[in-house]
Amino acid sequence: MADDSVTTLRDPQPRRSFLAGLLALGTTAVGALLAIPLARFTLDPLWRTTTEVLWSDAGPAGDFSALTVPLKVQLAIEQRDGWRKVLSERAVYVLKGADGRTRVLSAVCPHLGCSIAWNDEKGQFVCPCHNGTFAVDGTLVSGPPPRGMDELDARIEEGRLKIRYQYFRQLVPTKEVLA
Amino acid sequence: MRRLGDWLDRRTGIRGLLSEALDEPIPGGASFAYVFGSGLLFLFLSQVITGVFLVLYYVPSADHAHTTVAYIVKEVSSGSFVRSLHVYGSSAIIIVLILHIGQTILFGSYKEYRELLWLSGCVLMALMLAMAFTGYLLPWDQKAYFATAVSTNIFAMPLVGSWFKQFVRGGNELGTLTISRFFVAHVFLLPATIFAFVGAHVFLFRKVGAAGPPRTRTTRASTSFYPRQVLMDTVFTAALILALGALAWRLPTELGPEANAADTRFLPRPEWYYVPMFQWLKYWEGQRAIIGIFVIPLLIALLFAGLPFLDRGSERRPWRRPFTVGSFAALMLALVALGMTSYAEDRRDPAVTRQLDAQREAMRVFMSQPFEPQESARSLRGTNAALAALSNPLVAHGRTIFEAQSCDVCHGVDGHGTDSAPSLVGAAGRHPNGELSRVIRMPTAKMVDSGMQPLDIPDDDLAALTAYVAGLK
Repeated sequence: MADDSVTTLRDPQPRRSFLAGLLALGTTAVGALLAIPLARFTLDPLWRTTTEVLWSDAGPAGDFSALTVPLKVQLAIEQRDGWRKVLSERAVYVLKGADGRTRVLSAVCPHLGCSIAWNDEKGQFVCPCHNGTFAVDGTLVSGPPPRGMDELDARIEEGRLKIRYQYFRQLVPTKEVLA
Repeated sequence: MRRLGDWLDRRTGIRGLLSEALDEPIPGGASFAYVFGSGLLFLFLSQVITGVFLVLYYVPSADHAHTTVAYIVKEVSSGSFVRSLHVYGSSAIIIVLILHIGQTILFGSYKEYRELLWLSGCVLMALMLAMAFTGYLLPWDQKAYFATAVSTNIFAMPLVGSWFKQFVRGGNELGTLTISRFFVAHVFLLPATIFAFVGAHVFLFRKVGAAGPPRTRTTRASTSFYPRQVLMDTVFTAALILALGALAWRLPTELGPEANAADTRFLPRPEWYYVPMFQWLKYWEGQRAIIGIFVIPLLIALLFAGLPFLDRGSERRPWRRPFTVGSFAALMLALVALGMTSYAEDRRDPAVTRQLDAQREAMRVFMSQPFEPQESARSLRGTNAALAALSNPLVAHGRTIFEAQSCDVCHGVDGHGTDSAPSLVGAAGRHPNGELSRVIRMPTAKMVDSGMQPLDIPDDDLAALTAYVAGLK
């Protein structure tokens, strides 16, 4: 019998079940209330993905005014990794566009993320991993990459070239920013 | 619902277990005097839960402990609240523990086959005090550092010598090894032991049964644990939750500036429940110190633990046991008096008051500053390696080749590796006896498969490049 334990007790049955219900409700409510801060605490890194991308300094803008071929620049970027900041260097190519505008291309291959090298003899960018080749302006020439090289936001600020370093999704034909 | 219950019961016997747990007889009926044990169990579980969550961000090392706690308090959502629950929870445990012990002594509930129940409780109290002691150091702020520096000196006892202190600290001074030791004790050893002793305590309690009120002949009949006592325990626990939650929300605990061993002016003050002991130790100097630090507390602890063996009569009414009840009251009063004296002495000395105010102000200033992320060692290492490379012309030349040949493109700046290729640090060890330059020129099939290309450069350049790669740190 399921109610063996209950029938042995002196308290009247309806009062007992009412109390049991009240207790269950109360503990569930308090538990849920306490779970809120713990859930917020645990999920914190999830709503931190949209950290603003910082502008990195690439040097005096004058250094890039007379470029004839793409110039590889090691960009010092500061990234937040939880409670620490990681200073790392990322390679970018600075070049002059057809309209004379300074353009910046990411060296990360849109195929599988290898780093693209500039080949002076061919006058092309070549990815060492799977031989994807890109024209001097970064457009795709041949090979497996699904799109041309990714252009990064750049601007001249107080006479210095500032670059906003970002990562883009690989293996897709359109340029999608990764948080 | 009923069928689910039958299904479960058939396989687990859950109804039997539940009725076993809930139908425990309470002699003389339910009372608010009996709620403290359940309250302690709840508080301990709350400490375990909040503690586990805190370790989600905490790193136990002298380099990172303070930064990660600051990150929890200043950046992580609800971080300050969760940490405050944990900190206030430790104080709440001490308070409810005193109430639990006070009730047991007043009611004489340690009598009649309850010696082991009492002793397991004594062990639990010691373990809880050890939890408070080990947890206090972990944030590695000024007060944590100096309070522990002072209190661990107590472990350098005569006869035992200073080796025990060194064992506790993991060396002569407080440092990263001390944090590791305290962390392991606080997070693994002590909680596991507490779980075991809580199990023993509850088992022994159920085995011998609840003691009930001190009167031998009671007019009130015994009732079962459920529902009245469960309800009272729940009301008390709810009050604890509300009090802790309100405190943690309205008055979050603070974190001070990072521990600075060079600060000679810092005045350490322990957490309130250790203040009486702190004050007590002031009265014992020189040769006699061992009496105050060791002999007297040990005697009191032995008398306390031996209570059920010393007070063995069947009489449980407190007014008929004036010596036992009076001694406990005197001990409590002495502790309160010591604590109050300590606070009064601090207030009387203007120099001390000024310094303590300055310390509070430093804590307030630190809390008002935004979180400062810690620079990772990895980015520092890159800078050092770059500097070293420039000092040797051959290595410096190798570095220009490394960059000109776009080796850095895959192997990363200073050969520290990227997502596309491994780090080259230690490559000379993996390819000894000139093999390194051979694999740079003609990579193995496995390397070629993962994207490495043969390198056709003059021998001089190869030698420079090899020197550079071999020297990578």
